[in-house]
Amino acid sequence: MRIKSGLSSIFENSRRWFIFTLVILAIGIGWAFASRSTINATHIEMPQSSPKEGFTAPDFTSDLMGGGQVTLTALRGKVVLVNLWASWCPPCRAEMPAIEKAYRAFKPQGFEVLAVNATNQDSETAATTFIKELDLTFPIPLDPNGEVSTQYGLRGLPSSFIIDRKGIIRSVVVGPMSEALLQSKVEELLKEPQ
Amino acid sequence: MLPYLSIGPLLLQTTGLALLLGVWFGSWFAEKEAARIKIKSDLVSNLIFIGLVSGLVGARLTYAATYINAYLANPLSLFEINTHSLSPIGGLIFGTLAAFIYGQRQGLKLRPALDALAPGLAVFMIFLGLAHLLNGDAYGATTRLPWAILLAGDYRHPTQVYEILLATGVMLIAVYYQLGQRGNGINFLWVVFLSAAARVFLEAFRGDSMILLGGFRAAQVIGLLVMAGSLILMRTWAQLPANAPESKI
Repeated sequence: MRIKSGLSSIFENSRRWFIFTLVILAIGIGWAFASRSTINATHIEMPQSSPKEGFTAPDFTSDLMGGGQVTLTALRGKVVLVNLWASWCPPCRAEMPAIEKAYRAFKPQGFEVLAVNATNQDSETAATTFIKELDLTFPIPLDPNGEVSTQYGLRGLPSSFIIDRKGIIRSVVVGPMSEALLQSKVEELLKEPQ
Repeated sequence: MLPYLSIGPLLLQTTGLALLLGVWFGSWFAEKEAARIKIKSDLVSNLIFIGLVSGLVGARLTYAATYINAYLANPLSLFEINTHSLSPIGGLIFGTLAAFIYGQRQGLKLRPALDALAPGLAVFMIFLGLAHLLNGDAYGATTRLPWAILLAGDYRHPTQVYEILLATGVMLIAVYYQLGQRGNGINFLWVVFLSAAARVFLEAFRGDSMILLGGFRAAQVIGLLVMAGSLILMRTWAQLPANAPESKI
């Protein structure tokens, strides 16, 4: 069904078109005014924590491989990469050298890596061998009960959450990251003020 | 939300799948419309294909140019299969430019070509909403309305569902209530206008809006400008004959 609409005639008459345009835009501006945000921020704040871009990164405290503990919120003010991995996962193995390189390059500027081992689906011994083999120097929190994996809604390994200095997740990457991708994301966030 | 589908060892990204389906169905609708406007349908499908491929290449190159040091040190990263290292603006510019050059070389006229693409664009917008729904993107503001959905730790407006419904409405209007004569470009502008109006309406319920001075939502301001531009261009094009020589791309 094709209708030659009455609307089309509006565009052939200057006066009608002008009035129509004015009314439509006035309605639009009125709606935009009525629905403007009352929150004084560049984005509508999302105080809840959720493993999604734009939300506060879920906090966790974990034991570190080799001793000690780490709490994510204690790293506020730094750009943090939370990377979930397992030693049996080939893509995890593939991206680790890139993470190590970025860690060594950007640590002095405030970059931190928490490479959380999904210990509930790995073995600590295999993970330790993996770390030594690749000569990784960043902290390795352990997740023996899968709590961090659950908090971060783990769907596949590796999964990376790049968090800004305010604790907001800015990028979620499922699958291996290239060196350039990681470097570009970290560089961008390090430039932002605290 | 179902951002990934596990099929054995494979993890299928449903968002990408929804967008691919959108391109496929959109192209099919565009080809049908092209035949009605008396444009060879393979010209339109080539136009879409060239625009998409060039857009993807352009998006990656623009992103790489923005972080030139990272990519000079790792040039192979240019070929990475990842949507995180794409520049949407770069993709739009390169894609449009390549499609424009292709159209020019094939002697396609701008306004009939745009009209052929109009229903396809409207169909694609439905699948864009579906991609948002599957990935939980473009989420809504918190609400206690009975149809709220639990997303990211709170009950929210199902803005992705609103988006799909509005895009379906725009598509139905685009197909069954065409404003202009086929080939004069008005029908394309009609789809653009309606899509922009839908976004201005929808943005009020979003929870991830970028906020400008005075609390105005950026997407609404841009949407209003697009609406105004479409209305001005509709008036201009309505006064031109459908086969005006200056409309050749």
